[in-house]
Amino acid sequence: MPSGLHKLKAWGAKGGHFGIVAAFATFAAFPFYWMLLTTFKETRDLLNPNNNPFLFNDPPTLEHLKLLFEETLYVQWLWNTAWVGVLVVAITLLLAIPAGYALARLTGRAGEQLGIGIFLTYLVPPTLLFIPLSRVIADLGLQDSLWSLVLVYPSFTVPFCTWLMMGFFKAIPRDLEEAAMIDGLSRFGAFVKVVMPMSVAGVLTLVIFSFTLVMQEFVYALTFITAASKFTVSVGVPTFLVRGDVYFWGSLMAGCFIASVPIAIVYNFFVGRFIAGFTVGAIK
Amino acid sequence: MAQDARVSRLGHFLDSEKWLGRLMIGPAILFIVAVVGFPLFLALFYSVSDITVGSESMAFVGLENFKNVIQDPTFRQALWNTFVFAIVSNVVVLVLAKVLALALLKDFRGKWFVRLLILLPWVAPISLGSIGWLWILDSIYSIINWTLRAVGIFGPHTWPIWLGQPNLAMASVITVHAWRLLPLATIILLAGLTSIPQDIHDAAAVDGAGFWRHLFEITIPLVMPIMLVAVLFGIVFTFTDMIVIYVLTRGGPYDMTQVLASLAFFTGIDGGDLAQGAAIALFLLPVLAASAILLLRVARRAEVT
Repeated sequence: MPSGLHKLKAWGAKGGHFGIVAAFATFAAFPFYWMLLTTFKETRDLLNPNNNPFLFNDPPTLEHLKLLFEETLYVQWLWNTAWVGVLVVAITLLLAIPAGYALARLTGRAGEQLGIGIFLTYLVPPTLLFIPLSRVIADLGLQDSLWSLVLVYPSFTVPFCTWLMMGFFKAIPRDLEEAAMIDGLSRFGAFVKVVMPMSVAGVLTLVIFSFTLVMQEFVYALTFITAASKFTVSVGVPTFLVRGDVYFWGSLMAGCFIASVPIAIVYNFFVGRFIAGFTVGAIK
Repeated sequence: MAQDARVSRLGHFLDSEKWLGRLMIGPAILFIVAVVGFPLFLALFYSVSDITVGSESMAFVGLENFKNVIQDPTFRQALWNTFVFAIVSNVVVLVLAKVLALALLKDFRGKWFVRLLILLPWVAPISLGSIGWLWILDSIYSIINWTLRAVGIFGPHTWPIWLGQPNLAMASVITVHAWRLLPLATIILLAGLTSIPQDIHDAAAVDGAGFWRHLFEITIPLVMPIMLVAVLFGIVFTFTDMIVIYVLTRGGPYDMTQVLASLAFFTGIDGGDLAQGAAIALFLLPVLAASAILLLRVARRAEVT
């Protein structure tokens, strides 16, 4: 084959590859790009069907951001989300780290079955449990209280994080703990003094995932909370800012963008570990 | 003497790996039983009772709720929609994820940025992502309609109302779900693809396998288990989801996009009929159980090999 044809073919393959990747990236990211653009556009520009929606027909404005931060409960919702998030992360770490270690080292063959059992509870969705839980929360007097979310959210963070932590501990060589135990530490002492300092990356992963899961949760918060000042951001924006026929699209899009993109950037650094947990050992 | 014995027994207790293991895993298991197991049991219990949001007492009514639910045309519509919605979005996701994962297997400049963009729909709260789509699919200001008209694909009198016409609404909801699940399926498949040893590919190339033969006879069979994992999670996440529907259509128009989870919400929480709502939600259980069993099979096979 003449080398010119080779070159042409290589160029074609490269172009095709670029096209595929670009198309998918556009599909995935367009809604967020659109949120960002809408945030800075004048309302009369947004609502004029004759204007080209891809351009700024009027100069950019900060009006929508001002409205969002000064005249809605958005800041309160962000604060509520952070508050619930921190407490849920703390509970998750407290329960999932020891459980993961026990499954990795101490419970043997039975522990393996137990570990899979715990992972499977991750498949039980909020939409199956929210009806009975709504009654339980009401009976506990926790309706409209953020404590209801602090209580219930670990139900989906703990199973997944226990599983992740188990995988993480299994990857640490046993010899290290055994050497420490020969030097006189107890098993628990070896866990605290030898294994934990090596597990900072794993713990950090847990923090990010638990927090992301809390930010994403919608069904429980929608069910347990009706007071606008107690909403988390994922429920507050779609239920409270979307009301009737009046849509404040600029502020709405700003609210969505701010709560979506920063966490995604942090998450991006941890995604490999996340997948390792998700593939249930189908990959070694 | 006696004290020594006690101390050593306590020391023995703490040193005993069996007991330490139980102590470390106990709290997590108790918690999971309390907030997952107990409510699951309550859901079964409610579904055979007449409990409502305000009721003080409840009576056993047998299978009455299930009978009522099955006779309700809205429920049957929702059951059908749930299957259509879950199956179609997962088929779409699987095909797209396969293409995208193969494309991402190659190294290229700016790959980390592309990966970040592609992950966005999965990491961002889906209720907020759906609002982005609500604006994109708006009945008057839809950017899709505007663009298609501007490039001349739509004539001056074509202006679909994406979320207002039954078939289009279903298609829209499926698209948003596919959008949301694509990142997860892609990264799972990508992990599977990278785990295939390079010498298998090399051997196939030496034997002269072309692109398609290579794809269908080597790559796909080797990533089959991992593909199954991606599909099972996809099924569970679409089958039980109500967020996309709640934000985009509230089940409308005329319940044409109503699914089991959203119907359970509107009946049980908005309508206050906890018993009926629980009965509707329990129809999710068989599919979940089947997915769980299949996942276990995959995990076990991976363990053996």
